[in-house]
Amino acid sequence: MSTEQQLFTESLASVGVETRRVPPAAVAEAIAELLIGETVAVTLDHDDVSLPDTVTIDPTPSELHAAQTGITPAAFAIADYGSVVLPSTAAGSELVSLYVDHHIAIVDEQDIVADMEHAFDRFGRQLSETYGSAIVATGPSATADMGSLVTGAHGPSTVSVVVVEG
Amino acid sequence: MATEGEAIQTNTRGFNQGRYEAVAGLDEYESVKADARAIKEDAIERLPELIDQLRSTVEDNGGTLYLADDAADANQYVRTVVGAETEKTVVKSKSMTSEEIDVNEALEVDGHDVVETDLGEWVLQVAEEAPSHIVAPAIHKSRDAITELFEEVFEPTDPLETAEELTAFAREKLGERIREADVGMTGANFITADTGTIALVTSEGNARKTVAGTDTHIAVAGVEKIVPTTEDLRPFVELIGRSGTGQDITSYVSLLTPPVETPVIDDTDRETPLSEIDNDREFHVVLIDNGRMAMREDDDLRETLYCIRCSACSNVCANFQEVGGHAFGGETYSGGIATGWEAGIEGLDVAGGFNDLCTGCSRCVDACPVNIDIPWINTVVRDRVNRDQEVNVDVLVDGLTPDAEDESPPLQKRFFGNFEAVARLGSALAPFSNWLAEQTVSRQLLHRLLGIDPRRDLPTFHRRTLVDRFQGRETPVDTPRRRAVLYPDLYTNHVQIDRGTAAVRVLEALGVDVVVPSVPSSGRAPLSQGMITTARSHAERVSDTLAPYIADGRDVVVIEPSDLAMFEREYERLLDPDAHERLATNSYEIMEYVFGLLANGADSTSLRDGEGTDIAYHSHCQQRTLDLEAHTVAVLEQCGFDVLTSDVECCGMAGSFGYKSEYFDVSIAVGNELRDQFSAPSARDRTVVASGTSCLEQLDSLLERRPSHPIELLVD
Repeated sequence: MSTEQQLFTESLASVGVETRRVPPAAVAEAIAELLIGETVAVTLDHDDVSLPDTVTIDPTPSELHAAQTGITPAAFAIADYGSVVLPSTAAGSELVSLYVDHHIAIVDEQDIVADMEHAFDRFGRQLSETYGSAIVATGPSATADMGSLVTGAHGPSTVSVVVVEG
Repeated sequence: MATEGEAIQTNTRGFNQGRYEAVAGLDEYESVKADARAIKEDAIERLPELIDQLRSTVEDNGGTLYLADDAADANQYVRTVVGAETEKTVVKSKSMTSEEIDVNEALEVDGHDVVETDLGEWVLQVAEEAPSHIVAPAIHKSRDAITELFEEVFEPTDPLETAEELTAFAREKLGERIREADVGMTGANFITADTGTIALVTSEGNARKTVAGTDTHIAVAGVEKIVPTTEDLRPFVELIGRSGTGQDITSYVSLLTPPVETPVIDDTDRETPLSEIDNDREFHVVLIDNGRMAMREDDDLRETLYCIRCSACSNVCANFQEVGGHAFGGETYSGGIATGWEAGIEGLDVAGGFNDLCTGCSRCVDACPVNIDIPWINTVVRDRVNRDQEVNVDVLVDGLTPDAEDESPPLQKRFFGNFEAVARLGSALAPFSNWLAEQTVSRQLLHRLLGIDPRRDLPTFHRRTLVDRFQGRETPVDTPRRRAVLYPDLYTNHVQIDRGTAAVRVLEALGVDVVVPSVPSSGRAPLSQGMITTARSHAERVSDTLAPYIADGRDVVVIEPSDLAMFEREYERLLDPDAHERLATNSYEIMEYVFGLLANGADSTSLRDGEGTDIAYHSHCQQRTLDLEAHTVAVLEQCGFDVLTSDVECCGMAGSFGYKSEYFDVSIAVGNELRDQFSAPSARDRTVVASGTSCLEQLDSLLERRPSHPIELLVD
């Protein structure tokens, strides 16, 4: 395991996120163990990786709202914060990662960068080329506005990350 | 003065403690802060050019940028975008700038339903209250208070008791509103000129839904939110959560380059897969001037525009912790930096309404992630407020308080600002002056005329000052290790002569040739009242008086930390650069100086052996900002004392603040935190020492034990 991967796993644990690190062929099996209730996903742009058969890929809005779990790819991850970078795509990645109670992000091991400095080098390049949008997501949605810290305010109350070896 | 109770104390202190821990975990914290500062300085310098660049970027992206002169202009534009033909639902994520322009009220005129989706903001919307904190708007509301509110307004079928139940209830209610919403309105923590990317720093996910769940996105932001490039966001992303709520990073940092590509969905659609749904979105960025471009031209208020609204200056502030942002705030903004915002946006009358709650303790200076000199902004605004006020001055008292100000500050400020004259008179007339001051009728007069609270003990002036005592005296040190001037600050010279005498004895025991010449007071007193012209005159006279001693090779040793802070920090703004540099580099706090002497071979056995005596030490706020607390602790430990330190930000006395009738209660309430620490089992039997005059006075009134200055421990 690389240093970044090690640090990423530790950082994720500190923000309450469970991590699975698996080879591409084992992703479907790892995800199956993480599913809670009805599950939707966006199409993964990843030839070697498949999703469990029970998952609804590219759902309708009504299927999205009925789902408890959403699976989306992360563009990259930031090791020392335990952050995943979720692109807002025309396929609805932002919706699938947000309108569910449990979010599973999938990230390639080689896309884990060490720190925020490296992350912004990458954002700078990507955003000036694509004018795209992304969310740096770290742990579950949270609020302290109701008297004490509660996870699951408007977004997911739990998050898992599957790191694809390679 | 109204305070907001325990919730605000607990929460702000929690954030503040979290900040200390979080920034300690950031490598190169100081250099990241310096980067952030440099980016803001550059951005504000080039603001007109960056606005033009952002306008073409946004237009190229297919959106619209509207530059609004003021709140009315901004609201008119937003109303046009939302339209008046049909009544719409507008969902909002948290935005202080939208509070500033009162856009909700403007939209409600057209019959639109405006819904705050941040849970804290929603609580306040339901309660019809204003935010009491710029980051955690409902920080003053306890869980019980929210339960009571929701039960009264919504009459829920299931009881709402825990924070989880309250959150789930709000999520459900607001989820419905977001699903039916037509327009999403956000603020912007930052906007990049190069790509038009809006950065939103949030934790709940409501800002994400506000944008993803609607087909019209309006972002309202002050013009100062523009930074040149996407890469420039990095230091801010690393600093903002740590500085505010003590989180390394918030759950979500949205980097949105509108129009975002997310499909615009209809919840009832059971047919179309997401990837086949259109993503046509309207996008409008409304940049708001509302006084900011004028602040940019104002040499003293300009720094305010560097503020990233993190709330560190609120959380670290002992007075804010006590009273909250309703009292310590203006129309929109709260906390130390609010003085700058409200002065620039609303005017001096609003800023002057709460500005005196800043005591200049300077604890926010270290906490601010962009190194804004917040106390200076407060001083400048106070000075302007003073000049703005018409005052009828009593001729007799006027004679007591000569000053060089062009216009007259209020009598109370003139009295405290010219305390040097009071002290001189007090010593000249002692003990009669002390007897007179103790008389009930005098106290009533002081209370009525000057607002000096009768519950405070007044200082007892010595007829023979410290300077008198050491005048013309030959040094007993034959071959001096160093030569020094002991600066006879106002209090040491006229009131606390014992600590001055102790300082001379300690320095001489360590081989220092000490003189105690007559030197004017530092100007701290007038500066704290916003009397900058008077303070500058003090600074010039102090500099002129000490210059020959420094030229003669003498160090300047200062007992009173607030005066040392003047020499090091504020004199930079009051003196020419060479004069400031000369005094700042040659001045030392007394215990820092002793530390240096011991580190360079002076013999600590010539000082009193502490023999393990237990000490409770309260450093001084400004001393800690100068990073000089550790020296006192080190010296005491080296001399055999067992030292426990307080960790409160300020004692609450803060010079004249605690004497003023209108602030007496706040001052005591702030001080109670220190009293509690020093009354805990681990501290209650310890000898109490404190570095600052004010801290000593406050501790004296809070504890049975009589406190002293740490230098007094080192002599028999």
